[in-house]
Amino acid sequence: MNLFKFSSPQTFYSLAGTLAPVFGVIAAVLATVGLYISFFAAPTDAVQGEVYRIIFIHVPAAWMSMVIYLAMAFWSAIGLGLGTRLSFYMAKALAPTGALFCFLALWTGALWGRPTWGTYWAWDARMTSQLLLLFLYFGHIALTNAIEDARRADKAGAIIALVGAVNIPIIYFSVKWWNTLHQGSSINLTKSSMASTMLIGMLIMALAAWAYSIAVTLVRVRSIILERERRTDWAAAEIRLQGAKA
Amino acid sequence: MNNAFIAVLRRDLLLAWRSRADLLVALSFFVVVASLFPFGVGSDPDQLRAIGPGVVWVAALLATLLALPRMFSQDFDSGVLEQLLLSQEPPVAWVSAKIAAHWLSTGLPLVVVSPLLALMYGLEPGAIKVLALALLIGTPILSLIGAIGAALTLGLRGAGSLLALLVLPLMVPVLIFGAGSVDAWASGIGLRAHLLLMGGGLFAALALAPSASAAALRITMD
Amino acid sequence: MLEIHDLACLRGDRLLFRRLGLSVQAGELWRIAGANGVGKTSLLRLLCGLATPDTGEVRWQGKTIRQERESFHAALLYLGHAPALNDLLTPLENLHFACAAAGDAVSPSDCSAALTRIGLGQQLDLPAKVLSQGQRRRVGLARLFLATQRPLWILDEPFTALDVAAAAELAQVIAQHASTGGMVIFTSHQEADFGMPVRTLDVGAFSA
Repeated sequence: MNLFKFSSPQTFYSLAGTLAPVFGVIAAVLATVGLYISFFAAPTDAVQGEVYRIIFIHVPAAWMSMVIYLAMAFWSAIGLGLGTRLSFYMAKALAPTGALFCFLALWTGALWGRPTWGTYWAWDARMTSQLLLLFLYFGHIALTNAIEDARRADKAGAIIALVGAVNIPIIYFSVKWWNTLHQGSSINLTKSSMASTMLIGMLIMALAAWAYSIAVTLVRVRSIILERERRTDWAAAEIRLQGAKA
Repeated sequence: MNNAFIAVLRRDLLLAWRSRADLLVALSFFVVVASLFPFGVGSDPDQLRAIGPGVVWVAALLATLLALPRMFSQDFDSGVLEQLLLSQEPPVAWVSAKIAAHWLSTGLPLVVVSPLLALMYGLEPGAIKVLALALLIGTPILSLIGAIGAALTLGLRGAGSLLALLVLPLMVPVLIFGAGSVDAWASGIGLRAHLLLMGGGLFAALALAPSASAAALRITMD
Repeated sequence: MLEIHDLACLRGDRLLFRRLGLSVQAGELWRIAGANGVGKTSLLRLLCGLATPDTGEVRWQGKTIRQERESFHAALLYLGHAPALNDLLTPLENLHFACAAAGDAVSPSDCSAALTRIGLGQQLDLPAKVLSQGQRRRVGLARLFLATQRPLWILDEPFTALDVAAAAELAQVIAQHASTGGMVIFTSHQEADFGMPVRTLDVGAFSA
């Protein structure tokens, strides 16, 4: 099998069309099971009561926001290295989902923080790094939208994604350092031993987040491919076909 | 030494000297911003002493940000950047020269003026020295990171605010270690770790930022 | 020798030209013709390696200019639309910087001789902002005298804003460069007398 075959936007367009619904269904099923376990099956936490259940959304969202940024950096590096247009489309398609999960992680974190810490926002190392990651996503999205020439936008976005990826560990480390210096009396996630149902629920929710991200990214990359390749014969034909259906 | 490096460094420093009034504006901005905080938070000497290093650092960050678009925009408009990209010398050489000239004309003056602001915040002589030293190591990192953003946003509408959004989050570690070094010194933990980390950051930025900026300029001009 | 194969140029959403081919030999003088907006400047920027072609490639002495960037740029002199001057520097400083940054070892006295020859002897030490359009143009063109060792000249509208005498002299400098084994590619709206054959490439013929 020739892997490079799928780096052609046309081939990938139809492949993505086949795969997107599959991942969509997987995401729906996993999310249903995961949410049931999270909210009904998992036992009430001894220390935090029911409030802790929000971490079933919070933790997968935080993981996902990090993974997606790394995936963007990965596709950006491939794009700059090999000059494959599809890689840039992938990076662009990933960004909004990453920003969404990042925001979700902050939002659920604040909702959890209020009853647990007594405040919506604490300058905790994790929360602060998450906030800076959200800024990195905003910067990437704003930059690629501000540049009119699509090819320049792709490459400029790739550079900032790579620069950001190099900086993420530095930011995380420095924020942690800062946090231990300035907040000795820090707040900690209660490290009560997790019940195995909790762990399974968390795992299933994380997989649901993965499947959802893959599904929406594929859908988004399909529309980006059509927009960018509209001058090619196959894309023009596809656009006409979709127009006729609508 | 590389010809293009010397030619660009010389010319940019000469230009900075001829437009020194503009540089004074950036420097005044630094002083004004730093002087605003007491009006907002009150004049309690202990509190001011506590926030002083952080305020000076944030003001330095903003002043650097304000001066960043100057690094490439004039040469972009006049066609000089095009000529530089066609130089037979490697782009990293002249991009490094532009960053160096930019730091010498906008970053270094901030370091020189900082003790004055530190005095206004009631910092002790030792803390003032530490703050200036930290700025001396940290402001070149700001110029280096900023160069990448300046190159990427060249010629765009709303380049200024976009530039801020792109580079400020990346500058947070410098802010943390820069302002933190004064606290570390004051609390007796010692400066070593902070200065070593910032020195390491400076070397990493020196190694990576010029080539990233050169790549960004090439993309911008394409 | 400069060769172009199957070049296509995309600007924004518009395909300016495609399947453009050209081969420039030593001693040849090429004029790039075509209506406004047809992509003449874009073509010149592609030839210089400033822009990346959508398809196709540009080869210098048989190697693509991406592979051999440094040796290609050492052989190239490009003068673009903008004269690449800084208003706060004098013509002398501007010219000396342009040569040094490009990698040419040229002394300030060579620069002032070149500026004098092109008719700016009186303006050597004035800031460039007081110069007229034609004078600004000439500061850029003075590089031609200092870059005779660079075989390939690519000039975008060199005759713009020049008076009749200056235009005639420029034509002579260009013709001399070509007749001594150089290559010149230029765009121009004005007719000029080079006293030698000028080949023409009409970009409009390759419009998509």
